[in-house]
Order: sequence, then C-alpha cells, then structure tokens
Amino acid sequence: MGMTITEKILARAAGKPSVKAGDLINAKIDLIMCHDVTTPPAISMLKKHGIDRVFDPEKIVVTPDHFQPAKDIPSAELHKRLDQWAREKNIRYYYPLGRAGVCHALLPEQGHIRPGEVIVGGDSHTCTYGAFAAFSTGIGSTDLAAAIATGMLWFKVPASMKFVLNGTLGHGVCSKDVILEVIRRIGTDGALYRAMEFVGPALKQMSMEARMTITNMAIEAGGKSGIIGFDETTRAYLEGRLKGKTDYTVFESDPDAQYISTETIDCSKLEPMVAFPHLPSNGRPISECAGLPMDQAYIGSCTNGRIEDMRQAAAVMKGRTVKIRTVVVPATPHIWKQMIDEGLAQIFYDAGCVISAPTCGACLGGFMGILAEGERCISTTNRNFVGRMGHPKSEVYLAGPATAAASAVEGKLTDPRKFL
Amino acid sequence: MPKAHVYKRDHINTDEIIPARYLNTDNVAELAKHCLEDLDPGFVKKCTPGDVIVAGDDFGCGSSREHAVWAIQGAKVGAVIAHSFARIFYRNCINGGFYPIELPGALEKIRDGDELQIDYEAGTIRNKTQNTTIRFTPLPDFALAIVRDGGLLEHIKKKEKGKTENVR
Ligand code: SF4
Repeated sequence: MGMTITEKILARAAGKPSVKAGDLINAKIDLIMCHDVTTPPAISMLKKHGIDRVFDPEKIVVTPDHFQPAKDIPSAELHKRLDQWAREKNIRYYYPLGRAGVCHALLPEQGHIRPGEVIVGGDSHTCTYGAFAAFSTGIGSTDLAAAIATGMLWFKVPASMKFVLNGTLGHGVCSKDVILEVIRRIGTDGALYRAMEFVGPALKQMSMEARMTITNMAIEAGGKSGIIGFDETTRAYLEGRLKGKTDYTVFESDPDAQYISTETIDCSKLEPMVAFPHLPSNGRPISECAGLPMDQAYIGSCTNGRIEDMRQAAAVMKGRTVKIRTVVVPATPHIWKQMIDEGLAQIFYDAGCVISAPTCGACLGGFMGILAEGERCISTTNRNFVGRMGHPKSEVYLAGPATAAASAVEGKLTDPRKFL
Repeated sequence: MPKAHVYKRDHINTDEIIPARYLNTDNVAELAKHCLEDLDPGFVKKCTPGDVIVAGDDFGCGSSREHAVWAIQGAKVGAVIAHSFARIFYRNCINGGFYPIELPGALEKIRDGDELQIDYEAGTIRNKTQNTTIRFTPLPDFALAIVRDGGLLEHIKKKEKGKTENVR
C-alpha cells in the first residue's frame, strides 16, 4: 500500500520502512521552534525535574515574538528567562530583539525550514512550515521541554485529508480566501487529528508566502498539520537561503496513498472572503457582507504579515487614506526593511496608518492595537475567538490583506477589487 | 462531592479558558484566577475543589498554550468531560498529568449541578444525582502511564532512572 508524504516523513523520523495512519511512533525531531510564551515554562520544568539539557543547540531556533518588545514587566521577565537560557545553552540560532520576528514568518525567511524534516514548535501555528513539504506541528510546553531535552517525541501518525485546489485565483483574490473557504466548508474541527494535504494546479501560481498562509491555518480546522508538496517554487525559495545543512530529502505522496476524504475547491469561483465572529469557519463572500462598519484594521501576523501581504495592502492604499485606525505590523525586521526599500512604508504613512515593530502584538490581544468594548476590527490574522484581540465584547473579522486595506480605506467591509 | 459545571457549547477555545492578556506569566496561581474568564466570569468563585467541567465538541481548540491546562488544574478542577477535545489541548492534558475524559453525548447525560464520582481506571462516572452510571473509554495504556506518573517529564525521569529509552 502506498504512503502519503506525511507518512513517509514520519516513517523516516521513526527509523521505520513504513508507517500507517494510527500507528504510534517515537520520532526524531529535526528542528524545534521556541518563543517567549511557551518556552520559559518549558525551561522551568526542565530545571525543576533536573533534566536541564539541550539535545542539540544547532537544532533549536529561539525568538521572542508574542510580547516583544516587552509590553510590561511580566513579559520582560519572560524575555529575560528566554534570553538567559538561550545564551547559557549556546543556542546557535537565537534572534534577540532587533533580529526577532513573528516566529512562523522568521524561521522560513531565515532559512531554517527544510523539506522532509519533522519540526515542532511551542505554538499552534507551527503547522505553517508544512508549506515546505515538511511535517510540522504545534505542541505545548511539556512536550517542548521533552523535545528540547531528548530530541524525540511520540506521535500518532495522522490520517490525511486531501484538498484539491483547482482553477486559478481571480484578480484580487488571495490564498487567505482559499483557506477561509476550506475552513468554512469543513468547520473548525473538520480536520481534527488529521494531516491536511493540499494539492492541485492553483498552488502552482502561489508563492511560498501565499502557500504559508494556507498551511498556517490548518490548525483553524483542527488539523495536526498542513502540507504542500515540493516543486520548483519551493526549490527556488530555498536556494541560497538555508542555514546550516543545505541538503534535504524530498518526499512525495504515492499515487495509491490512502486518504480519508477528498475535497475539491474551484479557486476561480472564489471571491474575497471575510470570516465573521467568533469562529474562523464563519466565512462569507465579500459580496454578501460589504458595508458593515469597522473601527480598526490590523494588517500583520504569521498568517499575513509577510512582504507579499504588505505589497497587496499597499496596492490598495496607494494614493488613498484610511478612515479608521489602521495598524500595519511587518512580521520580521527584514520585512520591515523591505517595506521601506520598496516604498511601501511611505504609502502606509501617507494613508494614515501606524507601522509597528515586528511582533505578534494585537493578533492575540497582547498590545499594539487592542480593541475596546463593542469595537470591530478587520484583521489579516487567523483567529476571531471571543476576546481574541481585546475586550470580550469586541469583534474580529478575518480577511486577506487587500480586503483589510480596502475596508480600512472605506471604514467598512469593502471588496478590494474595486481598487485594484 | 464534586459537582458538574455544564457548558452547552462546542469549540470552547483556549482564549476563553485563559485569555492571552494573562499569558505574560506562567504562575499557576495567577492563571487559575482567570480560568474560563471570558466564557463564564463567575466560574472560579463557584468552583469547589474536584468539580468537573462538562462541554460539547472540540474543547480546548485554538492555541497550544499549556496555560489553559494549568489554569484549569490551578482552579482545582477535578476533570474535564467533553464530547471531544482539540488535539494539542488533549495532549497537553496528558503531558500535565491531567486526565481528559472523552464522552460523546455527555451533555445529554450530565446536567448542571449533578454530583459525579469518577473511576478513571474502570472508565465509569457515577452520576449520584440522576442515579446512573456512565461508561467512557479509558485512555490508552501509554497515555495512562504518563498520567499515572504525574506527567510526561516525571514519566521520562522515571524511565531514565530505569535506564530505558526515553519518551515511550
Ligand atoms: S502572529 Fe498571532 S497567531 Fe501567529 S504566532 Fe503570533 S500570536 Fe500566534
């Protein structure tokens, strides 16, 4: 029987010729992502249990991002613990303030993600890295502690769901709209415990940035991981970028691999989408919801805070001004610099936006754009749960960067295609 | 006798269990004060040690923050019974030595305020108020072993002492 790409990667990591969905395996971890919220507790746990070691300081990437620059004294203390540990353990790839960025944008950009590897991170959106044909999943602090100390973790091999993305995206429609449509169809637990494998011709026209937006939100459908196969776009992105080991193994799903379901999406039929409060599965096409007044727009996060997203937002804002508070958050220092070099920062400034330092910021209700009671925010982030960006009675509407920018310009939910 | 706090809701997420505004600390006592705050602000006051949370599908969806499990443990909740659990939350429970009880149909079998007695090994819940016995599928052996040891790190330590392989 054939294997899926996910099964092949996990078999390799478990040192077995083959595995199948449902198998319990002990897998070797190739890379661990650590940030400021879930790693300090993991460090403390290791100390407490007297297993205060690091399996391989070359295979751990550390960056503060959620509350950085420190938003208050307790988060400064978290950063201090993270910083002391990273230095004490000689973590090779530590990105302190100044080089720090939103983890899931930073690691691929800095060349830490290799196809065929098993990657874990103390963050649910670690599934983002699956865009590089890797198995990647989010874990909590205890798992993180175990992985840091031993370089191994147990997994149940997930069954795979196939998502066939057909057609081509229309002008002004982006990969965020595709994933919001997928989640609308299957629900926030539609892929619970599953690997979501994305295939199909529509992916060919998508950059690595656009693909990462899709795998990033696999967790919003309950998925254990999201994965996209390797192709020329992947190869070109990785070339000259990889840090450390530059070789990698490319795995592909066998033609007779087993899937528990297949869902087909005709991307040419999609419109820009907006997911209404309080679930990412509440997606609606913009034609059915345009006109709803907003109080704030937020453009950033690990979902849509990359340079391509900034370009899309700027294309809408160029020569226009925003009617509502608009916070632009480049996800990494490199993107921040690119925004200046490409003249995007100027466009955002002219439009009346504020540009923040790279941070998770208000995406998780940390700081840098928190909502008051009753306020509505159009946001390029990934979660619109109750209280996610501020007051429990505030509301978050999820959309792609062009839709968020158009809604900022008009002060209400707006179809970006009229500006493009 | 532990009482049930029933939330007739699916997808109770980690932001509702412990809002991100409190994630700037990992102090369990501090987190416990805000357990379920955005779902039911009165929860911590009315929860007595050992009480049980009962909910529908996909409990604990969202973020990987183990702070959600710690807040629940810190609030001295005895158990969470749900139709199903989100994957990372479920794993975090086991890793923290907290037993997640998966029970499809729990919302029909347990009413708010019911007095419950749970036998984890046998996989039964005695509903004293309704005078019924409810069965659930116990955790698989390897997970049960982790919970019994008090969590994954305790488990690893024990294994290492026995000079066996790690994390199995
Ligand atoms: S940007 Fe938002 S979703 Fe992404 S890692 Fe940061 S807090 Fe999480």
